[in-house]
Amino acid sequence: MNTTGQREKFIDIMARFTVYTGKYLPDDVYAKLKELREKEDSALATIVYDAMFEDLKLANELDRPLCQDTGVIQYFVQVGTRFPLINQIEDCLIEAVKKATCLGPLRHNAVEVFDEKNTGNNVGKRIPWIDWEIVPDNDEATIYVYMAGGGCSLPGIAKVLMPLEGYEGVVKMVFDQITSYGINACPPLLVGIGIAGSVEVAAKLSKKALLRPIGSKNSNPRGAELEARIEAGLNALKIGPGGLTGENSVMGVHIEEAARHPATIAVGLSTGCWAHRRAVIKFNGDMDYEIISHKGAVL
Amino acid sequence: MKTRILTTPIQDEDLESLNIGDIIYLTGYLVTSRDDVHQRLIKQHKKLPVDLAGKAIFHAGPIMQEIEGQPGKYRVISIGPTTSMRMEKYEKDFIRQTGLKLIVGKGGMGQNTAAGCREYKAVHAVFPGGCAVLAANCVEEVERVEWLDLGMPEAMWVMRVKEFGPLIVSIDTKGNNLFENNKKAFNLKKDAIVEEICQHVDYLE
Repeated sequence: MNTTGQREKFIDIMARFTVYTGKYLPDDVYAKLKELREKEDSALATIVYDAMFEDLKLANELDRPLCQDTGVIQYFVQVGTRFPLINQIEDCLIEAVKKATCLGPLRHNAVEVFDEKNTGNNVGKRIPWIDWEIVPDNDEATIYVYMAGGGCSLPGIAKVLMPLEGYEGVVKMVFDQITSYGINACPPLLVGIGIAGSVEVAAKLSKKALLRPIGSKNSNPRGAELEARIEAGLNALKIGPGGLTGENSVMGVHIEEAARHPATIAVGLSTGCWAHRRAVIKFNGDMDYEIISHKGAVL
Repeated sequence: MKTRILTTPIQDEDLESLNIGDIIYLTGYLVTSRDDVHQRLIKQHKKLPVDLAGKAIFHAGPIMQEIEGQPGKYRVISIGPTTSMRMEKYEKDFIRQTGLKLIVGKGGMGQNTAAGCREYKAVHAVFPGGCAVLAANCVEEVERVEWLDLGMPEAMWVMRVKEFGPLIVSIDTKGNNLFENNKKAFNLKKDAIVEEICQHVDYLE
């Protein structure tokens, strides 16, 4: 296949995959929600879980976005230096978003700052947002699509603590933010925490933590232990689905870290709602693809 | 916990016996009104193009699709609630100026809205967040759209709905506030939990 043919194929697949992301939850999220639903027996929690699963069923039957807020589209790209379309990925993803917006249809969510105009096609300055990781000596590309509604972006926060505030400061910030803002962000939440030396690194890692599959653990034993403690602690608050109280609060807590400066502990927090629309696709050099996040998916 | 259907135009007496935690369904007019609509009425003093008296507003930014061959006529694809707290700043004045009777949204609202609900007899209720196709299925017709210059999510979409719900009453006409109560309970538990976790995180050398 020539490059033009490859380019058209890549755009088409990414447009359809982006649409798909808005209609079907990834396997790990679906399984976790089923598990959490079975633990609830109060009237309000049951009503909310019933509504959630009825919504997923209807979205499937009617082929529609399961939540109206299809987000400002973000792509997290891990691209091999020998991937044939490496020079064109950004341009192709912009085209894919335009196509997906009509095809979905997706909600128009890109509002230009200062001009305060909605662009109407989900493309705007630096949007879709693309995060790059370059993989040496490799001809594949793995792309995460992430669709976060405004609601679950509202609890987001990042700040730089002084080291003597310690990891205690991290824990306190997470709990303060979840009890005040998290309850409105469509729990059960997936909680992403980034710990680093400066604010932008911590914030970015907190979002990357949300891309990890539910059930995965931080690579450092202390990190994994802290994840488990915060998860158990948040669940003990019994926030429940929709913040209406119940047996649990979160689908999981993920921490990602970068080595910090001796004089700072920066912490970032991102939250994903129950409708955590994160999808992963992997292309080889011939533009053949495998969908990793949704088993048996057909585009 | 009671279950009841409210029909627009809603009267004060339809609301007075409702309590937080009750389940209601709405039949009649539901009009989307979120950040920009509140901003235009309360801060910019623009006249609303829709009479909201006795009706319900929906904190929601839908996905709408123009029906082929019928310019200006839309069908709703997905329409779940958005975070109500964003409208807290203006909601009391919004209730007073419009005479609306029901606010549908997601998550809690604050003291300002609770005071508005008490003084002007209105109710805030939540639709389960994210359940946008379920909500779309309760819409009979999108009658018209106003202020489309604000973009698809912020425009005022005037819809007729049938048994739209489940809606969980979160602020009643007495000013009781379900989410504020929940928040207090969560915060009461929080300190002890944080303190316990902090006993295990002294990683600094």
